[in-house]
Amino acid sequence: MRHALSLTAAQAAARIRAGELDPAELWRGYRDRAAADDCNAFTWVAADGEPPQLDTAAPLAGVPIAVKDLFCTEGVPSQAGSRILAGYRPPYTATSVARLTGAGAPLLAKTNQDEFAMGSSTENSAYGPTLNPWDRTRVPGGSSGGSAAAVAAGSAPWAIGTDTGGSIRQPAALCGVVGLKPTYGAISRYGMIAFASSLDQCGPFTRDVTDAALLLGAMVGRDACDSTSVGLPAPVEQPSRTDLRGVRLGVPEELTGEGIEPGVLASFEATLDLARELGATVESCRLPHAPHALSAYYLIAPAEASSNLARYDGVRYGFRADGVGDLLGMYTRTREQGFGAEVKRRIMLGTYALSSGYYDAYYGRAQKVRTRISEDFKAAWERFDFIATPTAPGVAFELGAKTADPLAMYLNDFCTVPMSLAGIPGISIPCGLSEGLPVGFQLAGPAFSENALLDAAYALEQALGFDSAPWRRA
Amino acid sequence: MLSREQVLHVARLARLELSEEEQQRMSEELSKVLDYIEKIAELGDLADVEPTSHVVAVENALRADVPRPSLPAEVALQSAPDSDMGGFRVPSPGPAPA
Repeated sequence: MRHALSLTAAQAAARIRAGELDPAELWRGYRDRAAADDCNAFTWVAADGEPPQLDTAAPLAGVPIAVKDLFCTEGVPSQAGSRILAGYRPPYTATSVARLTGAGAPLLAKTNQDEFAMGSSTENSAYGPTLNPWDRTRVPGGSSGGSAAAVAAGSAPWAIGTDTGGSIRQPAALCGVVGLKPTYGAISRYGMIAFASSLDQCGPFTRDVTDAALLLGAMVGRDACDSTSVGLPAPVEQPSRTDLRGVRLGVPEELTGEGIEPGVLASFEATLDLARELGATVESCRLPHAPHALSAYYLIAPAEASSNLARYDGVRYGFRADGVGDLLGMYTRTREQGFGAEVKRRIMLGTYALSSGYYDAYYGRAQKVRTRISEDFKAAWERFDFIATPTAPGVAFELGAKTADPLAMYLNDFCTVPMSLAGIPGISIPCGLSEGLPVGFQLAGPAFSENALLDAAYALEQALGFDSAPWRRA
Repeated sequence: MLSREQVLHVARLARLELSEEEQQRMSEELSKVLDYIEKIAELGDLADVEPTSHVVAVENALRADVPRPSLPAEVALQSAPDSDMGGFRVPSPGPAPA
């Protein structure tokens, strides 16, 4: 069974289909590992006992999936890392999750996260921090840190998370796994507990690029329950490219200079050399507005969050503060006790940015900067197929290292936020180690370029030969 | 620097109660974040730039207006902290205006 648990999801699915692997045994193997997890990666694990209905004829062949707590799953706790949703069991399931279970991937576990996806370390969870399997004194990144840690530790074959400003790509980088943020609108947001609706997007965490393509393909598509969902123009293909001949990579000066740890930069540059060896041309480029992306993001995302989180009022679901005799007092006390510090900070920031007298200077201006950032990328696509950057400015940091300084924490998203604002896809693949910890390489492409992006990432992955979890083979 | 009064005003708008200690901390932390954010002022005049509120061009996504079953009331009420007579029960909003 140990050997079966070291397979990628696609490999396991192929063995199941060939009749060489019993999916019920695979289920039990992962369930037991998830139940024994010592990284606090999970907020809920499926009960011991009979496995669910496993459809081996379906595309995902019964290979189980871990799902970020942010997704509504019918009858299963969905708390978004927040005390204000303690014990909440939704009456319906998110479209993305329903598509996965419909494609034959049963729900194995729910994964820990920063509260309402606000954070870059998974320390802002009401259910305790998640630890990085590479070094348990360090953070796994965030906000989808539980999903990243679960895949890195091998306690789930694959997982899904959400990315608003880097919440898939950055934890994937810090945990040495593959993480993909698709084009905005590729996957339905229905049933994803909302943070910033114009930015939130669901995507896969996997052991390799092939698994990412498989998982993406099972989730994409238009959904009548999300009017902003558009799907992808062509079916997701299995990546197969082994060279990068003719591929033009742009390396933005603004995202590869100051603020990036030397070890991360060294690993990034070595990967660019490898891309050249595979036939790619690599040239420096400019994204002049990228240095302002973080500012625009920290106005737009909190503004949308302040509106989305108005629904938590102690009336319809979740937590309600006791002993308050009047309605307004019940609202304010419930929110005081139910939300954590970072969520309150973002609600305050967003409310301020939207308030009378400040709207034009903050929120309105941020939306214009967002346009400028999209234009920068559009100009880049005239010369390049993809943009390459380090995924995160540093490797996994120690628990508590940045909790006292919100701005230091926000700077983790420096290289991922520009793509989020432009709505374009980005993938992080592990490209090496610095100080013994994984480094992520980010490739971003034009909107709806997922097939080409996965193909390029696959070619690099094959050449890199990074072992995404050495201990899985032990 | 955000004053204590500004913090309290925004907290009222956001329906958040803040302890004394939180008010102080919020004033310091938000000021620091706003100082960073205000770097976007360096970009100068953006009067001619269209704001982006949505990145993917989507036409109106309409569906046929056909009645269909919705969540039964008892299911919708299942997660409520307090419910009665088929509705959500809340504390009194205060005395009716005279």
